Amino acid sequence: MRFFEFEAKQLLARRGVPLPESRIARTAEEAADAQRELGGDVVLKSQVLSGGRMKAGGVRFAGSADEARGAAEAILALPINGQHPQGVLVERKGEIAQEYYAAVTWDGRAKRPVIVFSDMGGIDIEEVAEAHPDHLSRTHLSTLRPLSDYQAKLAVARTGVTGGDLNRLARIVLQLARAFREHDLTLAEINPIGKLADGSILALDAHMEMEAEARGAHRALLAELGIPEHDTRQARPPTPFEVAGAEVDAQDTRGVAGNVTEFSGSLGLVIGAGGGSLTLFDAVRSAGGDPANYCEVGGNPSVRKTAALTRLIVSKPGVEKIAVMMNVVSNTRVDIMARGVIKGVIEAGFDPADKIAIFRIPGSWEEEGFAILRRYGVEYVDRSVSMHEAARRAVAKLAGLDGG
Amino acid sequence: MSILIDHESTFIIQGITGREAVTMTRELLDYGAKLLGGVTPGRRGREVHGVPVEDTVRAFTERTRVDGSIVVVPPAFAADAVHEAVEAGVRLIVVVTERIPRRQVAEFVEHAEQTGARIIGPNCLGIISPGKSRMGGIGGSADATHRAFHPGSVGVMSRSGGMTVEIANALSQAGLGISTACSIGGDAIIGSTYAELMPLFEADAETQAIAIYSEPGGRAEAELAEYMEAASSRLPVVAFMAGRFMDAMPGMRFGHAGTIVEGREDTTAEKIDRMQRAGIAVAERIEHIPALLRERMGAR
Repeated sequence: MRFFEFEAKQLLARRGVPLPESRIARTAEEAADAQRELGGDVVLKSQVLSGGRMKAGGVRFAGSADEARGAAEAILALPINGQHPQGVLVERKGEIAQEYYAAVTWDGRAKRPVIVFSDMGGIDIEEVAEAHPDHLSRTHLSTLRPLSDYQAKLAVARTGVTGGDLNRLARIVLQLARAFREHDLTLAEINPIGKLADGSILALDAHMEMEAEARGAHRALLAELGIPEHDTRQARPPTPFEVAGAEVDAQDTRGVAGNVTEFSGSLGLVIGAGGGSLTLFDAVRSAGGDPANYCEVGGNPSVRKTAALTRLIVSKPGVEKIAVMMNVVSNTRVDIMARGVIKGVIEAGFDPADKIAIFRIPGSWEEEGFAILRRYGVEYVDRSVSMHEAARRAVAKLAGLDGG
Repeated sequence: MSILIDHESTFIIQGITGREAVTMTRELLDYGAKLLGGVTPGRRGREVHGVPVEDTVRAFTERTRVDGSIVVVPPAFAADAVHEAVEAGVRLIVVVTERIPRRQVAEFVEHAEQTGARIIGPNCLGIISPGKSRMGGIGGSADATHRAFHPGSVGVMSRSGGMTVEIANALSQAGLGISTACSIGGDAIIGSTYAELMPLFEADAETQAIAIYSEPGGRAEAELAEYMEAASSRLPVVAFMAGRFMDAMPGMRFGHAGTIVEGREDTTAEKIDRMQRAGIAVAERIEHIPALLRERMGAR
């Protein structure tokens, strides 16, 4: 779950990390007021959950209230990567002498948190890692031993920084690592940390993400920041179809029948489970098909839950047929899946034999499941037909339909 | 032979009285696994399908040899269960539970490293050495498991539990069979990666080739590629890469907690390229895996 820059900066501010003086503005008029309060040159930054703000035109500069009003108007009207700004962060702008990069994130290979620090901030850190590896340090942290000041110092000193800057930067890095640990973040990044002409060092930008699984443990913090529980903070906001999918899955706790993502095609997919869904979505596309959705069915969802998911998908505007497919299943009962999808199609007012292009779920209770499918005239295949072949047949059936 | 488990392996289930674990107990006993019993705090003295329930892991380790434990407890208590097993000296811990916060996973993985215990998972379906033993729900009922997992010469590692079974089924149908299949888990941090399990397969005389299932996100495939280059492995590896559609959708999470494109190296295109440069063949479809393996097994 990603935080907006102004929220991430609030988390830094309460730890004493030095920041430029700033105001959050929700309207152009508030931005003009903010410039008046801060005085002089300001930078206005679009508050979206996306990178590339500068390139997209979401960062502007102003030296007067009128300029700030104009810049904020432009920013507030500009969606970035499909996202509408939640406001404009107005900050006092200083002369920057040097930029640094600091981040704490998980290293999946080392299986530990890692502090990444560079004295070449402000640019793409992956480029620094490739072109200037001696300007980038990686310092791994133990999850069992206490976080200690020297680890932050080491991270900074390894890039050759010394003197007063070393101590000032290490203090910021230490607080970043503390925030990472205490708030169950998966990423805590400041890019850049700026050293101003007067020698002061400030966090100029901040990007933080909290692990979705840990949200429950941080309810109080999220409430303090004013983030509602239903605010998922995905890369794009969920569509009504996706919200309905999440509601289906939340009906009861047995099994999974959700994780719905909306696409624009004509073939509805009732697919599972985690890896199976990824494989089948690819398989449909490589066969030339156009999926209407992604979803995940797994474990042993109830007939009611599977039916509700099926109903949602088969009723989606533009969906001509659905394909019901999974990998060879271990725990999921094939007969219960067959019952669920048939019930869902009938409840939506359609004929299962017509709407279900193919059913491919091999596994336990498959004979019972196949018997149900036969009764309704639904085409099914067993494990001798691969996932890719099943997907191809579903796509071909739909293409035949389109061809008249 | 096989890796990690064989017909002599003894183990317990932590959280044995839960609904999923009770079903698993039946399946494991039917399969012939040496399941000693299980742990649920406060339930000492009960039985599940004829095996005893204890309050603590130590109740078992103090009186008998316990090679492994399957952790099937709810996410809020799972990390504690793993620490208990590590502390009691259990050497192989299969963590089935999903949705354990990442920091808790990293903590028990670091704890296990200190004692030399091996963690498989979390968020996995388990391990199976066909015809010998299995730990976890992998394969489902004993009958279904025999159907999908024939004994044979291919080692399987997969970030998806379900796809472990799908690939095993394809290998069994093609007459190759499986030495050991390991569902390694779908989270961003897991106890054992492909590269960390490779030396075990390398040392297993029965294993003649490796099939892996991979996904976007993380560095596990790059780590495997580096291993293959450095170790001059005797084992040909064929990989299947799912989630190719995700390359164009950075920041969106699909499938598993670890399956998300955040950086360049996370994309399937980058991973496929990296693996191919290390001599790993990448199958376009699951059903192509057996023929690709046969070609490479014959070539060595």
